Amino acid sequence: MPETAAILPARDVALPARFSPRPYRVAASESRHAVALVAPAVGLMLVLLFGPTAAALVISGTDWEFGAATARFVGFGNFRALAADPVFWKSLGNTLTYAAVVVPACVGGGLALALLIESRERFRAFYRTAHFLPVMSTLVAMAVVWQTLLHPTIGLVNQVFQLMGLEGRNWLREEGTALFALALIGIWQNLGYAMVLFMAGLKSIPRDLYHAAEIDGADSALDRFRTVTLPLLGPVVMFVLVMMAVRAFQLFETVHVLTKGGPNKSSEVLLHLIYVESFEFLRTGRGAALTVIYLAMVVGITLLLTRIIERRVHYA
Amino acid sequence: MAAIELRQLVKRFGGATILRDVSLSVEAGEFLTVVGPSGCGKSTLLKIIAGLEEQTSGEVLIDAQPADHLRPKARDIAMVFQSYALYPHLTVFDNLALPLRMRWLTPVERAPMIGRFVGSAARQRVAQAVHDTAAFLEISHLLDRKPGQLSGGQRQRVALGRALVRRPKAFLMDEPLSNLDAKLRVSMRHELAALHRRLGATFVYVTHDQSEAMTMSDRVAVMMDGALLQVDSPQAVYDRPSHRSVAEFIGSPAINVFPAHVEHGRMRADSVLLPSHWDVADNETVTVGIRPEGLTLKADAHGGWRGEVAHLENMGADLFVHVRTQLCDKAIVVRMPPQHGAGVKIGETVTVTRLASAVTLVFDRDGQRIDPRREILSEVVNA
Repeated sequence: MPETAAILPARDVALPARFSPRPYRVAASESRHAVALVAPAVGLMLVLLFGPTAAALVISGTDWEFGAATARFVGFGNFRALAADPVFWKSLGNTLTYAAVVVPACVGGGLALALLIESRERFRAFYRTAHFLPVMSTLVAMAVVWQTLLHPTIGLVNQVFQLMGLEGRNWLREEGTALFALALIGIWQNLGYAMVLFMAGLKSIPRDLYHAAEIDGADSALDRFRTVTLPLLGPVVMFVLVMMAVRAFQLFETVHVLTKGGPNKSSEVLLHLIYVESFEFLRTGRGAALTVIYLAMVVGITLLLTRIIERRVHYA
Repeated sequence: MAAIELRQLVKRFGGATILRDVSLSVEAGEFLTVVGPSGCGKSTLLKIIAGLEEQTSGEVLIDAQPADHLRPKARDIAMVFQSYALYPHLTVFDNLALPLRMRWLTPVERAPMIGRFVGSAARQRVAQAVHDTAAFLEISHLLDRKPGQLSGGQRQRVALGRALVRRPKAFLMDEPLSNLDAKLRVSMRHELAALHRRLGATFVYVTHDQSEAMTMSDRVAVMMDGALLQVDSPQAVYDRPSHRSVAEFIGSPAINVFPAHVEHGRMRADSVLLPSHWDVADNETVTVGIRPEGLTLKADAHGGWRGEVAHLENMGADLFVHVRTQLCDKAIVVRMPPQHGAGVKIGETVTVTRLASAVTLVFDRDGQRIDPRREILSEVVNA
């Protein structure tokens, strides 16, 4: 046994106890402890994350209907059917459109808000709280508030439009406006979240750097923003961008409460379609196929964003 | 190279007064150090000179021109920060180039995308200046690295480089050495002094470390509680401190101060009579200051302060003997050559006595120094 041979002579060496070389025994007990400590987390991840994902993958290859006793393996049949389904393409396009509106608005608007609030001491806490409130509110309840606001006759929005001599619309019931009304609510809800993250990021930028930039000749606020704020905020920008993208893909509550994907599927989005397919039409196999596509997209976009931005982001 | 003049600067933050009526003139090409304990307002003073903060009242003049309305860029003064404040996302080259790009390139030439295609001549000049400065400071091999990959000493050099790449009118330095280890700090002291001689530029240097102030500067300005107490050459600040606080702040180990009482025109500290060179009213209590090198130990018990040796510090070239006496609560420190103090042991009772040549400082109740009578003064100077 070469291990014991390596250990035995070491016992004769007079070293303080804490220096005694017992690497193998330590390693063995340490790894036992490590396994014991990691086990609960790994177990939970298997049950809650990997298990359902694997189940979705398996079910997506079958024609199983929720509650049915039997299921037939159909291979990629569900995916082929989806590819031929205009509703799927419509919902995919809507999801991307929604993200393309909400993500830039929240990242840009959140950063602008954070800069504005940080630039003055006065009412800072008030502004911060006011803008963060929508994040903490229950979206389903708030959706009802929005429904009232956007109501074609008694809604505040249309009344304001009337006062200005403009013609109101039935915002949530018209094909041209439903998705953008939802996007507006999405921005309202996520802006504060982005803002708080940016404010935390701004706090961590040393004041000395702004002073140095000013002495180096960055006289204008724009120059200072470009030389100090933006580069040092890089990691935060990336995090916010990924968070906002993921949250945009998670759009569900407002669709479900306000439009049900209508009118004429003009506000149908992926997550809502998954719900409709799985739990209203009970086509679980098809819903699982949608889920697989959805997961692949979220993971893909997250990885893509991380890759692209990481190359340009400086981590201190 | 520029002269800087400050006239009656006052700075208040809310209710707190940070600077109290600070007037100071720094000559062109001078190395002036503002020294004082932390929180005394010296960094604020520097920021006001740089234009980073606005004074509550008073004036800043650069080259005899009022500069109060000028932005930092227009003042053309460079500053080195304690934290170095290098841009962590830029390479050393870009860190050095930034102040030049901000000045020599137009906004269009600095623009993110299109900038690359215009102003190549100006860009060339920037690169040349950066390379010259890097060579001057021997950091050419670091130009491609980012600050995170540099040691503290290297970062310090880059910070210096960023300051001097654009040949500013004056340099402001805010404790630039305090983040370095002790050995590097001493060697950077020489380098900064040498740099000042080579550039011949105006340096205003802020530190809490009196040894930095003493070793590098032409003049030292001692600042406490937002007020300048004394502005003088290092030797004068050491020998003739205007105020008790200055005497106690400058010098290491610190000066020995103890109370003395005046009776019948004679000044007595504990049992020992001091020479009566000072005009002090009878029954007045004054503070006497004698530096450690003005004291020595003697064998017999007469004519000195008896006390017990509390601590010994052997620095190799000097031996510091701390003696606990009846004079004051703090131990009296005696500085002597180690060979003279070879037999001294902790716990032993010794006699501390004043050397005949000792500079003796006397301060009144408010801490102001009292000068010896004129005829005594000339006698001391002639001797």
